[in-house]
Amino acid sequence: MSATTDPPKDGFQLSQLIYDTRYRSMTIQIVALVLFLLGVGWLLNNAAQNLAALGKPLSFGFLGEAAGYDINQKLIEYNNQMSHGRAALVGVLNTLLVAVLGCILATVLGVFIGVLRLSNNWVVSRLMTVYIESFRNVPVLLWIVLTMAIFIESFPAPRAFRGDNATASMSFWDSVALTNRGLYIPKPEMYSGSMAVVVVFLLSIVGIFVFGSWSRKRQEATGQILPNFWIKLAIFFVPALLVYFLMGRPIGLELPALKGFNFQGGIYMRNSLIALTLALGLYTAAFVAENVRAGIMAVSKGQSEAASALGLSPGRTMNLIILPQALRVIIPPLISQYLNLTKNSSLAIAVGYMDVTGTLGGITLNQTGKEMESLLILMAIYLTISLIISSVMNWYNESVKLRER
Amino acid sequence: MSDTHAQTVAYVRDTMLPEQAPPTTAAGPVRWMRDNLFSSVLNTVLTLLSVYFLWVVLSLVLPWVWYGSWTASSLKECREVVADLGLAHGAACWSVIAERYLQLIYGFYPAELYWRANVTFVLMLVALAPVLYPNLPRKMLWFSVLYPFLAFWLLWGGTLWTPIVAVAGFVLAYVAFEVLYRVAGSLVGVIAAILVPVIWWLLLAAPVANGLASVIPLAIEPVESAKFGGFMLSIIIGVTGIALSLPIGILLALGRQSDLMIVKAICVGFIEFIRGVPLITLLFVASTLLNYFLPPGTTFDIILRVIIMVTLFASAYMAEVVRGGLAALPTGQYEAADALGLDYWKATRLITMPQALKISIPGIVSTFIGLFKDTTLVSIIGLLDPIGLTANIRADANWNGIVWELYGFIALMFFIFCFGMSRYSMYLERKLKTGH
Repeated sequence: MSATTDPPKDGFQLSQLIYDTRYRSMTIQIVALVLFLLGVGWLLNNAAQNLAALGKPLSFGFLGEAAGYDINQKLIEYNNQMSHGRAALVGVLNTLLVAVLGCILATVLGVFIGVLRLSNNWVVSRLMTVYIESFRNVPVLLWIVLTMAIFIESFPAPRAFRGDNATASMSFWDSVALTNRGLYIPKPEMYSGSMAVVVVFLLSIVGIFVFGSWSRKRQEATGQILPNFWIKLAIFFVPALLVYFLMGRPIGLELPALKGFNFQGGIYMRNSLIALTLALGLYTAAFVAENVRAGIMAVSKGQSEAASALGLSPGRTMNLIILPQALRVIIPPLISQYLNLTKNSSLAIAVGYMDVTGTLGGITLNQTGKEMESLLILMAIYLTISLIISSVMNWYNESVKLRER
Repeated sequence: MSDTHAQTVAYVRDTMLPEQAPPTTAAGPVRWMRDNLFSSVLNTVLTLLSVYFLWVVLSLVLPWVWYGSWTASSLKECREVVADLGLAHGAACWSVIAERYLQLIYGFYPAELYWRANVTFVLMLVALAPVLYPNLPRKMLWFSVLYPFLAFWLLWGGTLWTPIVAVAGFVLAYVAFEVLYRVAGSLVGVIAAILVPVIWWLLLAAPVANGLASVIPLAIEPVESAKFGGFMLSIIIGVTGIALSLPIGILLALGRQSDLMIVKAICVGFIEFIRGVPLITLLFVASTLLNYFLPPGTTFDIILRVIIMVTLFASAYMAEVVRGGLAALPTGQYEAADALGLDYWKATRLITMPQALKISIPGIVSTFIGLFKDTTLVSIIGLLDPIGLTANIRADANWNGIVWELYGFIALMFFIFCFGMSRYSMYLERKLKTGH
């Protein structure tokens, strides 16, 4: 457009700032910037005035003060004498814990449901459609409180397990207790010599990868295909089990047992954690399932026909032809679902799970009265998590993009 | 051919036999079941498992739903009535819904003023009609434009002069633009169209409205925001949020697509910031922080503050949806608009934006569904949306401990709304499809 403009006949005139396309965009941008800065300045000025009037200067010193409240779910050492900053950190880790668990659950379930929805079995595909529609069209907050209610209302209290005429019993050969306070599962116990088993197990995982690349090279050189899956499975189990029995079974299980009014021992998973993970996982799985279905349907039928024309078995067709192409479609929306799940985990506050919204944005905010600072940090934390996840997505997109020559 | 054979072959069939029905195993329900339910061992197993699962769930849920009591006046009484039925898993106490459904719909809105909420809702459908059905006369759009002001007055009550004065600001802007555009050119016109209403709203509107109200009141009974609740509140927040976020989202999308670097940076920064934080933190800002950013001494209504934050939140998502639509348009459309000599705004208004919006309809509707579902989050900052009301109902000694019936009812209502909207968007998508 600017190429068609005649050069100015005489010197620069002020009206050119508006009517000359060479300068106009500059003018508009500067005006926009000035207006934007004025707006932001006005907001900040108001905030400064209001905070000064309330006698609450902006300071982050409260992060170092003693928090004075307990957090029942913690991954790192914490007690109520530790600082607000430490409490926030505990909260961040709790957020990440529920996000990771939820993402794993959502992925596994979502892939499963998405594939089953494409099944030619009428009953199964209808059932999956009902699942997807009912989870997608009801608010996630409702699912979270509903799941929590199921835990509290329908599972027996620990005292129901007690006595000779107990009304409830532990499942899985007396190793798992499902109570209305949460889930008690066995905890692995390490005796002397257990390190050897762990080391061998880790080495065999390395061995699987080494074998995989050796086998691929061999296939490329000779054209012969080994039964890779079975060999890998053997490498996974055999050495570790061998060492386990040779060392005299150095790893045992500590079973939860009823002592007094509650279960002791084992790993205790609080029902707020389980309910939140389940609800977020089930809810997001419905969205993941739709992504998976769309991804598989995006691979044209000619691809699988061509593969079988080449003589590939159905399994290989899936692994080598369909999945790599479908994944390219599935992964980007999948990662944005992970992002949504992480953000939705902030609803933990509804079931009393102490994630970062519950600690920093809840109790710390109310105790210290530092709304501005707490919310700024809270938003910065979520923003950082989001940016990390989305940069992973961009990196992945870049790496699987079709290379066009 | 038949001529030559007629002499040589002893018998040639000259009429077709009537068609016979295919074997029962290759047609009808048997064939269908073979194809769809029992085509392989795995499929048979899956079918049997699903049918078993359905049987277990339905035999649990259906009696519970069907034999529920509608008349008991408290949970205790209901439990006794239900216990007499002798069902294995008890039955529902729907009487809580029968007793409290008005509260779940209207919150604590005064019962004698329900008609105002109902009228607002019906008028909303009227206002939406010309937007959704292009066959209706275009003049109805004027009603859609005026509707928000009318709805505000009907719901919150007070004097009619407040919305009239607010509308007057827009009228003044239009008049100022028309007059100065002829006299002094488009730029002055635009500046005047922005400055005049701002001056009007900030300085003159309130005294004028008060003055007029003292002469002719034209007032109906005011209702304070604390009384709003239930699905009415969800609909108010959701519909306002989406209606306001669409224009803001379009502007943000245009800004993000533009060549102007600074404008683009501002838009990208805003969109990515909003999309990176959970809605609940923005609602915390609305409930605790928003008043700090306004001139000292200003306080305004919590529902309004929530609507502002929800609008900002939705407009960032809307911007991404519209940007997707703009990006999906073939470059030829932009080039053709340039070739016709249209300037940027004309090209956007007449060529690219209508097409981009059409492409993004599914995205817009799913943003709306998402927003409508997210309105439940306001219960966390203490507003009485349906989920917030459940705690309220349980606080009543009669209904202490009731869970499933309330959540089930709310879930069903949300499902009906959201599922209906997603079906409507599919229908709209099919109808607007002009491709092959």
